[in-house]
Amino acid sequence: MSAVPVSAVTVVPMRAAAATSGPHPAAAALAARADAVKAAKPTATGYRRARAPEWAMQLFAMLAGIVAFIALWEIVARQGGRIPGPAVVWKAAVTIFSDPFYSKGPNDQGIGWNVLSSLKRVGIGFGLAAIVGIPLGFMIGRFKFLSDMAAPIIAMLKPVSPLAWLPIGLLLFKAANPAAIYVIFVCSLWPMIVNTAVGVRQIPQDYLNVARVLNLSEWKVFTTILFPAVLPYMITGVRLSIGVAWLVIVAAEMLTGGVGIGFWVWDEWNNLKVEHIIIAIFTIGIVGLLLEQALVLLAKRFSYN
Amino acid sequence: MDRYLRIEDVGMTFETKNGSFVALERIDLNVKKGEFVSLIGHSGCGKSTLLNLVAGLIDPTEGGILLAEREIAGPGPDRGVVFQNHSLLPWLTCFDNVYLAVERVFSDKKNILKERTHKALAMVGLTAAEEKYPHEISGGMKQRVGIARALAIEPKMLLLDEPFGALDALTRANLQDELLKIVDKTGATVLMVTHDVDEAVLLSDHIVMMTNGPAARIGGILEVDLPRPRERLALAGERRYIELRTTVMDFLYRKQLKQAA
Ligand SMILES: Nc1ncnc2c1ncn2[C@@H]1O[C@H](COP(=O)(O)OP(=O)(O)OP(=O)(O)O)[C@@H](O)[C@H]1O
Ligand SMILES: [Mg+2]
Repeated sequence: MSAVPVSAVTVVPMRAAAATSGPHPAAAALAARADAVKAAKPTATGYRRARAPEWAMQLFAMLAGIVAFIALWEIVARQGGRIPGPAVVWKAAVTIFSDPFYSKGPNDQGIGWNVLSSLKRVGIGFGLAAIVGIPLGFMIGRFKFLSDMAAPIIAMLKPVSPLAWLPIGLLLFKAANPAAIYVIFVCSLWPMIVNTAVGVRQIPQDYLNVARVLNLSEWKVFTTILFPAVLPYMITGVRLSIGVAWLVIVAAEMLTGGVGIGFWVWDEWNNLKVEHIIIAIFTIGIVGLLLEQALVLLAKRFSYN
Repeated sequence: MDRYLRIEDVGMTFETKNGSFVALERIDLNVKKGEFVSLIGHSGCGKSTLLNLVAGLIDPTEGGILLAEREIAGPGPDRGVVFQNHSLLPWLTCFDNVYLAVERVFSDKKNILKERTHKALAMVGLTAAEEKYPHEISGGMKQRVGIARALAIEPKMLLLDEPFGALDALTRANLQDELLKIVDKTGATVLMVTHDVDEAVLLSDHIVMMTNGPAARIGGILEVDLPRPRERLALAGERRYIELRTTVMDFLYRKQLKQAA
């Protein structure tokens, strides 16, 4: 069980950027990274000689990795299979991203619309999971009886692939879109419940003693002690959930159709436009990365010490 | 009032995985109003347990405790507690940590509550650090915020669990002097846990010496008849001070160690 509130994937020093509250989380993450890169030089003054090479080495390694990846891709593409090389994909990507928000009927929309519809599904399913899962997690963490009650059910349902729930969703809602949202809901729910409950159980007795000594009201205990103490764990739950949700939405959309990045992948496969599938893979990856980074920033913002 | 705090025949048995553990047995103790009493004893003898009983955080399995003629039933803001490890909430500033307590106890207007909080922090010399978070201040400063939080609610009784235990000797001495001044000024009744002999003699009216656990009891109560205000430096060479100190040392390091061996 992951109880670590802050991810180890942090690449750049984020402390300075933690207060950023841009209009869009992804944009904020980007801006934050830019800030951090800018800030890296002045903060390193004391250690300039020791640190500059390390920082440069890291950048160099990252670039080398990307170059190696593209080279490998090019080699694979030249073997004469049907995989398009980087240049072809780049050209197709320029075309696609030059007009990401066109709309020619329900089955032919720009990649921007597809990504946004997928994000919207994730957002709704995930928001519902938060509304249900966080209070449930609090109760399960606070009352042993409830925890004992829920433990076997959660343990059994957690390893089930979220897609196994899709038919039930289709049965219940008789429509593709709510069924996809429902799958997201189900897969986001477990990490949210489990992490919140763990967080509640980890609250040091000392903090609760402070509340007891002062005879704080239940509400005050919740707002000044339980909630802030559990927040980092909740954010970890959110981060895990978002990661899973973003994985699952692509598969769910392949099955349900409609507008969405997963469906787009399937559609392009039917059109045999392999370069578009590769573009979709990169797009999914980058959006996932941005979601993760935004939540890492959020976690930083709310971690103490 | 002669017997402000009355601990009557109190016993504490913990139920653990390996059966019952008798921590305290037949503890009898009376504390007068305005008195400063120290609990001293070896680690693990049950000092914190006794303090937590008075705080109401745990209930005695035998006997009863009365404060101002009323049985203690659970914790309450009439007793200010300074915990062994400061227990500040890390997501609140020093000011807000203290304000949380002040707001709970007094029903004044907001600006008066804030005034009280400022005053409490000023008393421990932390006006400059009010807006800092606990992780931004030193260990001694945290401990002082803890003391300010306990003092700010003007409790009938102040319960201190090794308030200076984790501090270096210099900071410790400073805070002891501050505590002396504050207690003189407010006339609070104090029960303090310590394992530091000099601290006990310097601060207390009575020193309660506890025997080693399990089933710890009160091994003796020593009256500290040194005049107040007490001066650390002046006391150090005084005969009576040395006598008292020796008595406690003798209890701790001869009688109790022998018994334990
Ligand atoms: N909740 C509990 N359950 C079981 N045993 C406990 C519990 N609390 C304390 N004890 C036991 O009671 C004894 C006294 O503990 P206590 O914390 O009061 O010691 P102490 O005198 O404060 O020690 P120290 O000086 O190290 O703080 C110890 O042996 C401890 O293991
Ligand atoms: Mg203790």
